Amino acid sequence: MSTTIESAVAPATAATAVDPTTAPTLAFTDVAKVFATGTRALEGVSIDVRPGEFVSVVGPSGCGKSTLLRLAAGLDDATEGAVDVRADTTSFVFQEATLLEWRTAQRNVELVGELAGVGAAERRRRAAEALELVGLKGFENQHPRALSGGMRMRVSIARALVAEPQLALFDEPFGALDEITRLKMQTELQRLFQLKGFAAMFITHSISEAVYLSSRVLVMSGRPGRIVDDIELPWSYPRSPELRYEPEFGRIVGHLSHALEAHS
Amino acid sequence: MSQNLALKAPASLAESASSASVGDAAASAETATATMAARPARPSGAASVARRTWSRAFPIVAALIGIIAIWYAVSYLLLSESRRFLLPPPHQVLAETIGNDKVIGPMIAALGQTITVALIGLAIAVAIGMGWAIVMSQWTLAEKILYPYAVILQTIPILALTPLIGIWMGYGLPARIVVCVIIAVFPMISNTLFGLQSATPAAHDLFTLQKATKWQRMTKLMLPAAIPSIFTGLRQSAGLAVIGAIVGDFFFQQGSQGIGGLLRTYTLRLNMEPLFLAIIFTALFGVIVFSIFAALDRVVVGRLFGVATR
Repeated sequence: MSTTIESAVAPATAATAVDPTTAPTLAFTDVAKVFATGTRALEGVSIDVRPGEFVSVVGPSGCGKSTLLRLAAGLDDATEGAVDVRADTTSFVFQEATLLEWRTAQRNVELVGELAGVGAAERRRRAAEALELVGLKGFENQHPRALSGGMRMRVSIARALVAEPQLALFDEPFGALDEITRLKMQTELQRLFQLKGFAAMFITHSISEAVYLSSRVLVMSGRPGRIVDDIELPWSYPRSPELRYEPEFGRIVGHLSHALEAHS
Repeated sequence: MSQNLALKAPASLAESASSASVGDAAASAETATATMAARPARPSGAASVARRTWSRAFPIVAALIGIIAIWYAVSYLLLSESRRFLLPPPHQVLAETIGNDKVIGPMIAALGQTITVALIGLAIAVAIGMGWAIVMSQWTLAEKILYPYAVILQTIPILALTPLIGIWMGYGLPARIVVCVIIAVFPMISNTLFGLQSATPAAHDLFTLQKATKWQRMTKLMLPAAIPSIFTGLRQSAGLAVIGAIVGDFFFQQGSQGIGGLLRTYTLRLNMEPLFLAIIFTALFGVIVFSIFAALDRVVVGRLFGVATR
């Protein structure tokens, strides 16, 4: 099932510094999910996400991508199979920024520490750091209503990273953003991934977004969702935004598009 | 931050700007529109505060002038002199009542009593309404059981119930407060419940992921999310509490009179000038209560959500 892209630049294995022998941070083993309505959302899904890996899942809408993420987060239980998470802290970035409108950017990020019982001074310091990290220094005291869509998503990412997660789950976080903001956010996220070294599972329906960001891209079929393709990407991090215009990039996007079409 | 990241940014990225400055540029570009949008919300000095107060008060002042103009027009143009007692002109109403201790004294006392009933009634309605809604928001079963009672309270014609309350409870303050609460409580229940249920499923997921307790979920998510709705309910309930207090007065003639009782007495005796003054007082009372809660709503909700004007 695992496809190796021929003519990969440099040895593909060296590109992503992932040791295949380490225990996976997130492991799906033969997972199936059947909803109470009888809908089979997922079937026979096995995925490993290792430390330092950025794994994207692309698939047609309604194929169970989001269900996959909810299972990983423990928001929902698998009907069959096992979902194992080896992380002290797991973060979730939602489709919408999901900020509390009555709290400033700073206090939104502080929420995580507040719920966990972290002391006021400590959580204030961490939140300020996280906001600076996502480029929002100077906007700590703004309410979400005064922020643009891109900035709101930055706050959301700061909130996810403030707890220093070993596993970060992203549910189409940039889907609602305009193209230019979206490209900027991809660059930002890649920088943060490199800096923080969390294992990431990223849901998107944009193939080029997946290829640009990921060390591996999984293709899911239409309902019930199964993994039908699994591609390792040959480039190391950091990746220049110019990578998007290289022929190899286009070739891989093309390959994934065909795989997606064949199985939707 | 810039230094940190510049170190990490490889040479190949230098021409397309380092990651850090990409981030900063992105943020500042997004910011430009954001601050522009936020700017009108920030008042800058006493002059603009005065201007905003005036622009808000203007429609009310204009309406008052309009009412007085129409009043004079009906009094002098529509009514012949022999029938003018039906609507004596404003200055005559004031002249014959304000200076007259036999009228103004009891009226102020009656108004005081009605205000007391309305405020106590409102406070109880707010407490019951919010408690009721919070209980319903915690258990689906509680909502199923309790909501019909709220609807019944709302739909019972209060005029049918008021005499009964008088028979059971006497005609003093407690009975009047009960009438007031029954009339005023429903908007508090329905608006608070709506507000408590307004947090998005994703926001609830966020709290679930952080292993929030029921208490944390209520105090840090559901209640703050409900505040705008609670203030809407407060405004509606305040208006209804005024009506409720006057309805109680109107029915319970026994015991000390409220302004509603005076309205009835003056009507029966055809005491037109005092009657009109009493009407003016009740109207002013209603407008003032409504305005106070509308202003409170704007200030509290505006401050909480970072928007000074709504």
